[in-house]
Amino acid sequence: MVDIKNISFKYNRTSENILKEVSFAIQNNQCIAILGNNGAGKSTLLKCIDRIYTAKEGTVIVDSQDAFAMPKKAMAQSIAYVPQNNDSINMTVFDFILLGRKPYIKWDTTLKDRQIVQDIMQKMNLSDFALRNVSELSGGEAQKIMLARALAQEPKFLLLDEPTSNLDPRNQHEVLRTVKRIALEHHICVGIILHDLNLAVRYCDRFLFLKDSHVFAFGGLEVMTPENIEKVYQMKVSIIEYMGIPVIIPFPNENNEHTVVEKINSAELIKKGNKFIQNEKKYKISDF
Amino acid sequence: MTQDSDTQIRSYDTFVRKKQFVFILAVIATIVVAVFAVSYGSINISVIEVVKTIFGKGSDMSKTVILGIRLPRVTAAILVGAALAVSGAVMQCVLHNPLASASTLGVSQGAAFGAALGIIVFGGGVVNSGSTNVAIAINNPYIVTLCAFIFGSLSTIVILLLSQFKKNLGPGGLILAGVALSSLFNGGSTLLQYFADDTKISAVVFWTFGNLGGINWTELLILAVISAAGMLYFLFNRWNYNAMESGADTAKSLGVNTRNVMLISMGICSLTAAVAVSFVGIISFVGLVAPHMMRKFVGDDYRYLIPCSAVSGALLLILADTFGRFIVAPVVLPVGAITSFLGAPMFLFLLLKGGKNYG
Repeated sequence: MVDIKNISFKYNRTSENILKEVSFAIQNNQCIAILGNNGAGKSTLLKCIDRIYTAKEGTVIVDSQDAFAMPKKAMAQSIAYVPQNNDSINMTVFDFILLGRKPYIKWDTTLKDRQIVQDIMQKMNLSDFALRNVSELSGGEAQKIMLARALAQEPKFLLLDEPTSNLDPRNQHEVLRTVKRIALEHHICVGIILHDLNLAVRYCDRFLFLKDSHVFAFGGLEVMTPENIEKVYQMKVSIIEYMGIPVIIPFPNENNEHTVVEKINSAELIKKGNKFIQNEKKYKISDF
Repeated sequence: MTQDSDTQIRSYDTFVRKKQFVFILAVIATIVVAVFAVSYGSINISVIEVVKTIFGKGSDMSKTVILGIRLPRVTAAILVGAALAVSGAVMQCVLHNPLASASTLGVSQGAAFGAALGIIVFGGGVVNSGSTNVAIAINNPYIVTLCAFIFGSLSTIVILLLSQFKKNLGPGGLILAGVALSSLFNGGSTLLQYFADDTKISAVVFWTFGNLGGINWTELLILAVISAAGMLYFLFNRWNYNAMESGADTAKSLGVNTRNVMLISMGICSLTAAVAVSFVGIISFVGLVAPHMMRKFVGDDYRYLIPCSAVSGALLLILADTFGRFIVAPVVLPVGAITSFLGAPMFLFLLLKGGKNYG
């Protein structure tokens, strides 16, 4: 379990607070979506938690230990962070994931380190990639190996900064499904910055809305209301339920601009979609 | 362990062995070239005689020639080449800049100015060896080394401050800063020479050519100790460098104290570069080219890149020096000029190749 208490941050003494007393708690096995506008302080929050930035106030308790009081190596063994992008590096996938063992390495890697890396690669279907060069991978593959490297740290708390930002829809779902599975298998807490609210409701258990440097709302699906979303994103939405999954749909513009381009026959589209679902018997909601 | 992961381990082991093979090949090539370099000269000594002499069984004449003249020269090439190449590889990593090296960041030029200051102003001076030939020797090598280190570090500090406080400077900007520092220190050296007398000018000019001939065993020992200590520190931090290669944030989240590693690494790099420069003069491009050659074979993995760069730097410098002795024999061309001649096209090639955001 992770307890984040009163995190405040500003870049220097004269600047304004980027984060103001941000607090929340996550249970094991839970994924929490960190949501908010650009500039709301989402990335800064993750970097403060992982001590990439030094928080002005506050602390992070991981499994009843104060992460901010630990030596950096020990902290890297309990909190892992996946940045949005990775610098291009001329190295094999295996060596790249092996880097995740860095906090455990004394002089050199041991057989155990290599075994752990291999297990993770197998679990994430990356075994065929082992000797490929990192700089040759596609966006989706690169995201997966960054996730694999973070897992090699064997963290108790995993932080992901927009893991889906550069991915096509299929890869977005695949990466988040993997994250969800890992959280359950390893009994860890996961914090994910997401921009897509529909991905958030699909894969996360708790939702943290950041607005104007502080926590606007935090909780389960009950905080995912049209009112909260409108206040945070300044955008009107309606939430419908489709096959048991809540779907967040932005309101059309007041003057219905998109109909100017081409009148969309929505009734026809929905009919087609439903027909498709009826024909595909194998298709189950639990697949998602 | 499943069959699948078993084959995977084996293929990874083959892959690692390939890298080790590159290293061993480079070591063998260096030894062969070094022995040839010792045997080649105005007095030809056979390879067998060279090996015999090194193990203390040669004739008196070959002992004088080899132990007194040629072996110190080749040893200097090995030590200086290795020190500059490893410093270059480490600077490229901690500054996150593929064009970084002692000579492109103005560290060598700063050190050269410091050394000139030491020779001309602080009584590093020159002495005549007593015979009719004016043997140019540096009177007090330690004051020269100290001055070289101070001014080499000055360049380093400016580069570090720039890279810390102006994050959006980019690789090109840092190199431009290096160009500015180089021209500043070159101008300083020129001014010093303008006000110095003839003997001192010739000492400085001769020395700025970059010459491996003038080094003695004591200086070699100092160079060896400092390079070895630096090498040990670099090897100890090889995993930190690997982490830093994939970005500062990633390195921090992996538990690396990036600031300390960068400051200490840069300090050691400028110390080794300054010591090398103060003993043998400016030798450009080895620090830039040798690591990049090896990156082609072993990638950005510092476990292999550090030792391989050391060996390739040594190999390059022996080759360049022997080439300088060979090409218009009996005239010996200064090695600094040779490396600049060969290094500049290589530098342009790296820039043209683009790829990993050069410039």
